[in-house]
Amino acid sequence: MAGLKDATAIVGIGQTAFAKQLPESERTLACRAILAALDDAGIAPSEVDGFASYTMEETDEVEVAKAIGAGDVTFFSKVGYGGGGSCATVAHLAAAVATGQASVGVAWRSRKRGSGPRPWKNTTVQLPTPAQWTRPFGLLRPADEIGMLARRYMHEYGATRDHLFNVALACRNRANQNPDAIMYERPMTREMYMNSRWISEPLCLFDNCLETDGALACVIVSAERARDCRQKPVYVHSAAQGLPAQHHGMVNYWNDDPLTGPAWTAARHLWKNADLTPEDVDVAQIYDAFTPLIPLSLEGYGFCGRGEGAAFTEGGALEIGGRLPINTGGGGLSEAYVHGFNLINEGVKQLRGTSTAQVPNAASCLVTAGEGVPTSALLLRAP
Amino acid sequence: MADALLTPVTDDDGAPFWEYAAQGELRIQACANPDCGELRFPPRPCCPHCQSFDSEWRRMSGRGRIWSYVVPHPPLLPAYAAQAPYNAIVVELADAPRIRLVGNLVTRADAPLDSVDPAKIRIGAKVQAVFAEVEGVVVPRWTLERP
Repeated sequence: MAGLKDATAIVGIGQTAFAKQLPESERTLACRAILAALDDAGIAPSEVDGFASYTMEETDEVEVAKAIGAGDVTFFSKVGYGGGGSCATVAHLAAAVATGQASVGVAWRSRKRGSGPRPWKNTTVQLPTPAQWTRPFGLLRPADEIGMLARRYMHEYGATRDHLFNVALACRNRANQNPDAIMYERPMTREMYMNSRWISEPLCLFDNCLETDGALACVIVSAERARDCRQKPVYVHSAAQGLPAQHHGMVNYWNDDPLTGPAWTAARHLWKNADLTPEDVDVAQIYDAFTPLIPLSLEGYGFCGRGEGAAFTEGGALEIGGRLPINTGGGGLSEAYVHGFNLINEGVKQLRGTSTAQVPNAASCLVTAGEGVPTSALLLRAP
Repeated sequence: MADALLTPVTDDDGAPFWEYAAQGELRIQACANPDCGELRFPPRPCCPHCQSFDSEWRRMSGRGRIWSYVVPHPPLLPAYAAQAPYNAIVVELADAPRIRLVGNLVTRADAPLDSVDPAKIRIGAKVQAVFAEVEGVVVPRWTLERP
C-alpha cells in the first residue's frame, strides 16, 4: 500500500502580523494569510481545490474559497478538539493529495483571541456536556484543568517550578530573536517568572500562552508537483492523530493513567510510519499552551523516559545548541498563540533554513498539536 | 444569576448521580452485568469492558484521598472570583481508586470555597464527602478527615 511518507510537501507558508489587537476581521486575516502562503508557493488561488481547518475556527471554507477566488473544491475537512487539530489539518490534506482527492490543499488558522472573548466565559453552554463534572467546582479555564495534571506530575516525579521556567525561558529566548513575535525584545528572567502573579497554582502567568490576534496558512501539494514550486519543499514524512483509550479531553483525570496523554498514542503511530526515530530529530515545535505540556510531550514523543521530561529541560537542553531546541519562533508562550499553527510554519522555516533562530543544518522537525486533548503531530523532513 | 456559582446541567446518563446526591448519597455508575460489575465515571450509556447497556448506581463510602489540586486566581467568572483564591481538588475514591471526582475542599458542607487554607492541602490527604446545596442543586464537597 502506498503510504503517506514523503508523498506530499508543504510548499508555501503565510501569516499576518501578530498582535494583542488587530483591526481587521478574522475572515480578512484568514484571506491575507492564505494568499500570502499561495504567493510564497507560486501557486494561483484558482488552483486550490482542498481546504482543512480545525474547530474553534470561525471562518469557513465556503467564505474563504469565494473570497480568494478558489476553483472547484473537491476536499474539505474540519478536525475536532481545537488546538489538538492543528497538525491534523496538514495530515488530512496530505492524505487527500496523496490519494488524488485534491491537488492543492490549504490549511489555515485565523483567530482574534487577543481582542475577542475568552472561550471559558461561555462556560454555561458547556454544562450539559461532561463539564457538568468539573465546571461547577470552579475548574473553569484550561489553565485550571492542566494545572491539576501539572500538580500531580510535580508530585509524582519531583518536577519543580524551575523546570517549568526552563520551558518558558527557552520559548521567550527564541521570541527575543524573532521580530514577528509578540515578545520580541522582551527578555524574561527567573526573578520575573517566580514573582509573576498566579493564574491557577501551580501555574503562574508565564506558564500560560499569549492571547493573540493573527492568522497563518500553509499550502500542501504532491512531492512531484513540489519540485516545480518557488520554495524548497518540506516533506510530510509522517503524520498521526491520537485519541487514547478512555481519554477525556482536558480533564483526563478519569483515565487509569492521566499523565500519559494523547501524545503517547500519536507518537506510536508517528514513529511506526517514519524512517526516523526521536534521536534523529534536529528541532521540535511542541504545542505550548501551558509549560507543563512540554515535559509531558517530551515523554510522550519518546525523547526521554516516563517521568524524565522535567529533568530533560535542565542544562539548556531546549535552547539553540541544546539537545533538542524547541519552539524556535517563540511558540504559543512567546511568539503568538494561534492554536499552534505558528508551530507548523516555524517547522517549515527551520527546514528551509530561514528561521530567525536557525538550528544549523536542520533536516528533520517534529511539530505537535495540543496535548491534553485529542491531538495530532507531523514529522517534517527537508529534501 | 450571572453572579451565581455554576450548577450542573444533567444529561440522561448523569442524572442519577445528582438525584442520589440530593438524598445525601454518593453513588457511582456500575455495570449491572453480573459477570462484569465494573465501575465507570463519568456516566455513559454502556460498559467499556463488556458493552452491556445495563447499569446500576452503587453507593460509595464517601471516603477518598486528594489526587491533585489547583488554586485558581482571577480572572474568573464573578461568583468564583469573589471567593478566589479557592481550591479545586480531584479526589480518588477509597472504594474505587480509579474513580476520581472533581470537587472542592471545605471546612464544612456549606462553607465558602476558600474556607480551607491552601497551605493545608496535600496530595494523599484523606477526605470525606459532604453535601451542600448550591443554587438549589445538591453537590458533593469534601472535608479533611484530619483538619
